[in-house]
Amino acid sequence: MGLQPYLLLSAVVFCIGLFGVMTRRNTIGILLGIELMMNAVNINLVAFARYTAVTSGMVFTVFTICITVTEAALGLAIVILLFRVRRTVMADHLDLLKG
Amino acid sequence: MTEQIAFAVLAITLVGSALAVVLSRNLFHAVLWLALALTGTAGVFLLLDAEFLAAVQLLLYAGGIITIVVFAIVVTERLIGERLTQTNMRIGGGALLSAVLFGFILLVIARHPLPATRPDMPGDLTRAIGEAVLTRYVLPFELLAVLMLAGMLGAMYFARPED
Repeated sequence: MGLQPYLLLSAVVFCIGLFGVMTRRNTIGILLGIELMMNAVNINLVAFARYTAVTSGMVFTVFTICITVTEAALGLAIVILLFRVRRTVMADHLDLLKG
Repeated sequence: MTEQIAFAVLAITLVGSALAVVLSRNLFHAVLWLALALTGTAGVFLLLDAEFLAAVQLLLYAGGIITIVVFAIVVTERLIGERLTQTNMRIGGGALLSAVLFGFILLVIARHPLPATRPDMPGDLTRAIGEAVLTRYVLPFELLAVLMLAGMLGAMYFARPED
């Protein structure tokens, strides 16, 4: 089986994640969409690494997985802090900078 | 042949659960679907002979992130009480943008020649990753350790109890 199906799968998952980021109102939902997108990127990296027999892509995947976990932990900490201050996590209610 | 069947099953699981993540009304269900999607990704990694990455994926993503997200939902949802709609007014725009991006990616994939067969990997892949991380990529690896420490401190600072 060629590389193409893997790239297609990853593109589909990436676009679904983007759709989630655009349409979710809840900040946690937006973070879930970002996780999906990162996941799609990881599939891409691993697929290219496997089909070109270069291990660097897999090493990058280890790095991106770790960075995504850090990002999720920090993002959720910010969400909890936001909730404490504003009593809401809906993105369209968080308009403090709107002037 | 078995590879095609396995790929088809994994692809259907992954796309279906990804759709459920973005479309389900209940955020808690969305997280559970995300867990399935992440596990499916680990399966795709297995299909690509990356056993180590599949294990990392399951441990960090499916184990770590899901736990944190569930915790965050429990903390932020319960106190609101009422259930609000989970999607905003921009469903059409979001769908259009995703479709355009997907079409663009499709065009790029279709226009470039891609390898149709996979070359044999030299030796043990997990060993190769470990050696690369601790020789050629040792500096990014150490930076990653600093980043994770900073992230951990930052998260603890943000979520500290109110005084």
